[in-house]
Amino acid sequence: MPILDHLWIILALPLAGAAINGLFGKRWPQSAVNSVAVGSVTLAFLAVAELVREFTLLAPDQIPYVGRYFTWMVAGPFKVDFSLQVDQLTVVMLLTVSFVGMLIHIYSTGYMAHEGGYYRFFSYLNLFMFFMLTLVMAANLIVMFVGWEGVGLCSYLLIGFWFLKKSAADAGKKAFITTRVGDFGFTVGVLLVFATFGSIDFSAIFKAVAANPISEVTLTTICILLFTGAIGKSAQLPLYVWLPDAMEGPTPVSALIHAATMVTAGVYMVARMNPLFSRAPIAMLVVAIVGAVTAFYSATIGLVQTDIKKVLAYSTVSQLGYMFLACGVGSYAAGIFHLMTHAFFKGLLFLAAGSVIHAMGGEQDMMKMGGLRSKIPITYWTMFIATLAIAGIPGFAGFFSKDEILEAAKSGPNANLILWVLGVAGAALTSFYMFRLVFLTFFGKPRYDEHHIHVHESPKNMTIPLVILAIFSIFGGWFAAPKLIGGIDYFEKFLAPVFSMYAPPMAEPAHVLAESTASPEMELLTALTGVPVIVAVLGLLVAWWLYIKSPETPKRWAQSLRGLYLLLLNKYYVDEIYAALFVRPLLWLSTNVLWHGVDEGVIDGVVNGSARVARASGGQLRRLQSGNTRSYASWVLIGAIGFSVLLIALYVKVVH
Amino acid sequence: MSVIPVSWYLVLSAILFGLGVVAFVFKRNVITIFMSIELMLNAVNLAFVAFARAHNQLDGLVFVFFVIVVAAAEAAVGLAIVIMLAQHRQSLSVERENLLKF
Repeated sequence: MPILDHLWIILALPLAGAAINGLFGKRWPQSAVNSVAVGSVTLAFLAVAELVREFTLLAPDQIPYVGRYFTWMVAGPFKVDFSLQVDQLTVVMLLTVSFVGMLIHIYSTGYMAHEGGYYRFFSYLNLFMFFMLTLVMAANLIVMFVGWEGVGLCSYLLIGFWFLKKSAADAGKKAFITTRVGDFGFTVGVLLVFATFGSIDFSAIFKAVAANPISEVTLTTICILLFTGAIGKSAQLPLYVWLPDAMEGPTPVSALIHAATMVTAGVYMVARMNPLFSRAPIAMLVVAIVGAVTAFYSATIGLVQTDIKKVLAYSTVSQLGYMFLACGVGSYAAGIFHLMTHAFFKGLLFLAAGSVIHAMGGEQDMMKMGGLRSKIPITYWTMFIATLAIAGIPGFAGFFSKDEILEAAKSGPNANLILWVLGVAGAALTSFYMFRLVFLTFFGKPRYDEHHIHVHESPKNMTIPLVILAIFSIFGGWFAAPKLIGGIDYFEKFLAPVFSMYAPPMAEPAHVLAESTASPEMELLTALTGVPVIVAVLGLLVAWWLYIKSPETPKRWAQSLRGLYLLLLNKYYVDEIYAALFVRPLLWLSTNVLWHGVDEGVIDGVVNGSARVARASGGQLRRLQSGNTRSYASWVLIGAIGFSVLLIALYVKVVH
Repeated sequence: MSVIPVSWYLVLSAILFGLGVVAFVFKRNVITIFMSIELMLNAVNLAFVAFARAHNQLDGLVFVFFVIVVAAAEAAVGLAIVIMLAQHRQSLSVERENLLKF
């Protein structure tokens, strides 16, 4: 079992790639940087593939397989090992991350070919892979936290990759600081976990929570704190604001970090901590509500955005909402399944959008595109497939995963019809804005200057990853397909041990089954099963009607519904509200109190004041050194007399 | 012949020392100041000798010899300085030697 015994190899490969490129890449030609960066990630993917083969040979009682490498820190009862673990959930995440990561590395060699700082880009990208793999393989919360913060760091570095551009540098800071708000909650949650369970190892926590009932208040607090971290990292309401701005980074970064992998870390974390969440129904409800509301809310913003990457960014926020909705209603497997298919089709959408931007020579505004279908056919077809997938058209990957989530929201263990309605409405909007994007970009007449912009298809190293991801966007959902026709759901069955091993005992499992066959309510619910597909097709048709059949209508609507249109276009003014509520007061406080008050007044005051005291007293004391011999003699005399008096006084005191 | 008490010597020594101090502080001529230092040293020597005799011990006498040797060395160096000073300044007044200051 070469890899299973040496799990660290999977982490060491991209780390080595990052170090080599970061240290020596500056002087190397692009081809050398490429082979190090792509090579290390490809080797990591192959190592993961081998790991999966070895994993299937393990006996069920050996899972989760834990590799303990060294003790990192010990402080009293607080002990942290650097340990990695592999179970079914890890396997799914590892495969997704390393596979999509590898494709995006290959794509980047084409996309970034004409950019400065080539070695730096790939060094960061490899470093990101290292931290992301650490995050998913961690066997305790602290090692997971290392990965969690590490991917945040790489996200910051890559958003601000073009750091000379102020908007990019600002977006990087915004991403870092906004996620920090959530991370604070996460950190407190981890501490509370340790205080409650006396350990931060996943298996120890889960065993403890399964063995001894913990007060529900504590569990709910822990889960909500941990979920706060997920809200920041996975860009949910109310901390989603950084993700749209993160589109300032290079497009492959948006695809890898801000669509396929890092932003799903929150979902992974919630799924990983499922034994805690499942025992805290209120926290579960919070997760589900935040997810569903975010899914709908950000879809509405996506409706009117004209920047191709911004649409995809809001779409990402929305899809992450679906994943949380799935976790919140207790169907972790559906959430992880959507995470995986989303990594394929949203990664593909971003890469294809990157290819469009590349073809247009840097233009991102969809209003200045149009009619690109025949000029960049590979990009068009792959993007169209991804759009079908995300819209939930039957047969494509997104259909299976989204349908499973909505099904769980409708008739799962923690079903909630209101959340289902939000989800379905979000699905309709998703379908609409995605087809709007495709129609605006690829159909209609060109709205750009055809003499100046020479549209060209991207090179092979960009189109091949597109094609591969397109294939997965079609077939990636078929693991779970049989469930729809009444068979066994392979994906859910594979993940089942992770989510059932420490699950709380079901209240009345038989009751649910019995009810699902008979009552009229159930018949209604069964009848609603097809609704998501219908709304998806409706969204497609509306988009077709508005942007192909009568392209004048959207403008008319924007005029007649001006208030609503502006509200959506300006993203509900959330950035402005945050600026007024948090940024400006904080800035005022920092400038006037902390800077001019504390720093200039107190700290500088103490330093300057002591200097002034020293100088003033010196100015007075220096007069003693008059250069006059007789005055010195007088001082000596005064000293001698004083000393004599002192001696005599002491003598008198001793004698009496 | 009756023995003179040690306190008389001490009183004399104190008077001489006091005269030296007063001269040191109030006189302006370098050579006079120099002499007043010698006067103070010898006042101390007198006290040492008186105590040495009163206690019948040699320590005080040894100390006096040291003081005399050091005073001789000091006189050699000090008078050399005084000569240089006189050559440079054409004056022996300490009032005018006030350059060593802030």
